[in-house]
Amino acid sequence: MKTFKGRMIVPGTVTAEAVVSHGGLNTLASFQKALQFGDKKATCGDQNNPDLYGKQMAGKALCLPQTIGSTTGGLVIYCACSLKRQPACMLFSKPIDSLAGAGVILADVWLDDVKMPVVDSLGEEFLEYVKDGMQVSVAENGEVTVA
Amino acid sequence: MFEHHMRLTGEQQAVLDGGKGETLSKVMETLIRYGELFGAEKMVPVTSEYNHLVTSFGLKAMGAVYELMDTLIGAGALSGQKFSVDPKPLDPNVPANFIQNIVFNHFMYTEQERYEAQLRNLGLLSDSAFTCTCYMDAVGNIPKKGDVLSWSESSAVVYANSVLGARCNRNSGIIDLMGSIVGYVPYFGLLTDEGRKADWIVEVKTTKKPEAQLLGSAIGMKVMEDVPYIRGLDTWLGKELDDEACTYLKDFGAATASNGAVGLYHVAGLTPEAAEQGESLVKPDAKVYVIDDAELKRVYDNYPIIWKDKSAKPKLCFMGCPHMSLQQLKDWTDKIEKGLEENGHEKVLVPTVFTAAPAVLKRFEGTPYCQRLKNTGVILSYICPLMYMNNPLSGKMPVITSSNKLRTYTSARYYTDDEILAQLTKGGR
Repeated sequence: MKTFKGRMIVPGTVTAEAVVSHGGLNTLASFQKALQFGDKKATCGDQNNPDLYGKQMAGKALCLPQTIGSTTGGLVIYCACSLKRQPACMLFSKPIDSLAGAGVILADVWLDDVKMPVVDSLGEEFLEYVKDGMQVSVAENGEVTVA
Repeated sequence: MFEHHMRLTGEQQAVLDGGKGETLSKVMETLIRYGELFGAEKMVPVTSEYNHLVTSFGLKAMGAVYELMDTLIGAGALSGQKFSVDPKPLDPNVPANFIQNIVFNHFMYTEQERYEAQLRNLGLLSDSAFTCTCYMDAVGNIPKKGDVLSWSESSAVVYANSVLGARCNRNSGIIDLMGSIVGYVPYFGLLTDEGRKADWIVEVKTTKKPEAQLLGSAIGMKVMEDVPYIRGLDTWLGKELDDEACTYLKDFGAATASNGAVGLYHVAGLTPEAAEQGESLVKPDAKVYVIDDAELKRVYDNYPIIWKDKSAKPKLCFMGCPHMSLQQLKDWTDKIEKGLEENGHEKVLVPTVFTAAPAVLKRFEGTPYCQRLKNTGVILSYICPLMYMNNPLSGKMPVITSSNKLRTYTSARYYTDDEILAQLTKGGR
């Protein structure tokens, strides 16, 4: 078990199973099919992401360095949240990028009843340590415990 | 009221405090919280004449976006600038079978009419302002050097920053519009001098002019969100930002932005800030990435091919993601005519769609090239190829393209321009 300290961007507590992307998460490529065709598991559709392709993202602790790709990224996160197909939490090893930052702030300000704690700047060691299937707990102070 | 640490003007604070209503207060809160994530200490005025938005599609799954738009319109929170917007997802000119048409019109884009009406209410520039290449002369949304923008669309943002010298962060959809509504954007990242310094030196050492879409892909995947300073490309592009260089940089930039997250690049001796400031733009601790022929081949060979039958005959070819320039349409007309003649064919051997901005297509239609291209069987369209491809039916089709952006987001298979030409005029690579 190991604990990492990051910056709490959207507060909240949660415990969930990890899915890990070691490369940048292309938000549009990852979520688009799931959102369009009613996939409640939000199965990752990004062929260029060997870590996540074909895996469930909804309800998981999504561990990633940053997001990349289309500037629809933020509104894709916003829509995933509105459809309740968002990850249980988003945990960034690097400082959050502008697209993911926009998406999680939009969801927090404009949507009611959405719980998706977001922590960034957890460090490279976090992403090296955490593996698919591990239990990840987010505390209110931005501490992330991986077991 | 949430706590913030930004230094706001009296006017900005009044908006945040609800002086112009609850909705505008929430818009301001969104922008402040967004900016503070990246250390913004103030909001600065948007100075461009027009905005550009990324969201052009009325996807059923995006219902929350359209509800938010209704909220903004209902509160009178309209864009202070007219704006262009990304291409439409549907065009009856583009081949689609019976089932695809049902899926497009009755399951996917059921909100299209509602959303286009919302765009008109919010400040759409014109009914033909649907393109990802709003900076083309024919379209006319061309920011000046130093302008502060609230744009989105990754390929347009990277072009505006790099080729035009404007200043814009990689804003998300919705945030783009909100900046235009309040007239301010948070000051951070690519708006600042420091944020425009290069984290990488890229040395281009190829033996021939590198394919724009391949070079951009390689750099995007390497530097991700960082700023690269590219040496050696002026050898192939020259020292002038002429039509040919701008077209190359359009496609190159789109690939850096979609295969990575590049919002700004500098090309030594060519792009405005590099031409003025030279290597003083490079951070002292910049990393180095050398690109030679072998590196481009490695990148190309590593693209996954997700067609079920990898040797399937292509059923469709899309060119123009981002939308083609007028010069590209003319050049491809010449190339296709010549290729068909050399190989003894009259029509392209794969159904092919070239996409461009409505205003560019109109100009092209005024030239003799247009009929010549149509004679080869190529279809012209204003569609967004990406939106066409984003469904399981199109995803199963063997579609080819020389767009690395389209390859990244869909099942389309990437080929170089020469390989595409061979497929269209000869069959096979």
